[in-house]
Amino acid sequence: MSGHLTYEESKLVVFKGLRLLAVITLLEVFIALIGNGHIINGFHLVKWIMYPLMISLSLYKAYFIIYEFMHMKYEVKTLAMAVLLPMTLLIWAMIAFFSEGNHWFNDRNYVRTADKIEVKESITPQGEHKEPVLEIQDVH
Amino acid sequence: MTENIHTDHAQDDQNLWGGGKEPFKASYGKLMMWYFLISDAFTFSGFLIAYGALRFSMPTWPLPDHVFESIPFYEGKAPLIFVTFMTFVLIISSVTMVRAVQEGHRENRNGVVFWMILTIIGGATFLGCQAWEWTTLIVKENVKLTKNPFSRHMEDGVYLNEDGTVAMLDGKEETIKKGDSYLIHKHGEEFSLRKYRVTDGPDKGKVKQLSFGPKAFGALFFFITGFHGFHVFSGVLFLAIIAINAASGVYAARKNGYEMVEKIGLYWHFVDLVWVFVFLVFYLL
Repeated sequence: MSGHLTYEESKLVVFKGLRLLAVITLLEVFIALIGNGHIINGFHLVKWIMYPLMISLSLYKAYFIIYEFMHMKYEVKTLAMAVLLPMTLLIWAMIAFFSEGNHWFNDRNYVRTADKIEVKESITPQGEHKEPVLEIQDVH
Repeated sequence: MTENIHTDHAQDDQNLWGGGKEPFKASYGKLMMWYFLISDAFTFSGFLIAYGALRFSMPTWPLPDHVFESIPFYEGKAPLIFVTFMTFVLIISSVTMVRAVQEGHRENRNGVVFWMILTIIGGATFLGCQAWEWTTLIVKENVKLTKNPFSRHMEDGVYLNEDGTVAMLDGKEETIKKGDSYLIHKHGEEFSLRKYRVTDGPDKGKVKQLSFGPKAFGALFFFITGFHGFHVFSGVLFLAIIAINAASGVYAARKNGYEMVEKIGLYWHFVDLVWVFVFLVFYLL
């Protein structure tokens, strides 16, 4: 219950929210498109500029939806903490595991280059010599 | 209260046993809805974590702005435009939901029903859009749960025709750059696994064939967007039930500011919130 806002004021907040969310969404999509070269041909942004920008814009959208649309701003603070603390930890977990996936990517590269290094002593069973070739379909 | 001090405490405890003191000053229904939303947030986070960890670990994962390029009624490429439209549909439906809740606080039955109907239309539009997206992916682009014809090139090269000559496109050689996304097209029953010659790197000179992309793509995409779509669908059903109840005066009789509308509003905003993150993780990152 928005105790201290009048009906007219509440309506204004809602439509201000609509404009805010719309603008932020357009901004996010614009960053994604321009960073991948769709708007200016050949222009690329590095991931470590694009990703933090897009993630923080989305987090701001989430904050706005939770605080204003879901009324969290007007709830008892302990209820807000009970909900927001686990959700913040979830965001941390997501970012941590995305970064983990990136580490696996780098490990794959390392393993692949290591496979191509010529070894003097043969550690594979004697027989037909096979060149390491990227033959696995979907796992590199 | 009584004169004796230690019986004061006994009186208080007896009062609490009888209820009447709401924790967090929130009604039972509202609190339980928040707890459910937290648990659902954990479920969705689990899925998004699985998606993200796998996606960033694979060099051949197709770029989203290449996969999601189609829009209805237009034959050209419009990367990410359709999913942006879907995001707007959900945002607008969230705004109409807030208006419905505000009208409920004023005990305005007609206002509640009007804004809830708009929210239902928004939700149904989103579901229709998602269905179109799935149909395009499954029927036109042949993405299935375990087969994914979208992939990325791992090295520079040039496409070859069947007879071994270099393929031409618009008068120029059809070259491949490392990191370009590609789609294996299907002609009739057969996928055309085009041949190409590598022009750079350790495999220079070799002739290779296009290979399918990461298998996990289809399963992850359909499962996560399907799970979210299921939430939108059940949300629309509940919204319809509650709108009908509101129209029949069930909530007016309770005189609680249409709290049921507020509770389903929380669920609906949660659905929008999940979409914000699914949109970010699947289409933008």
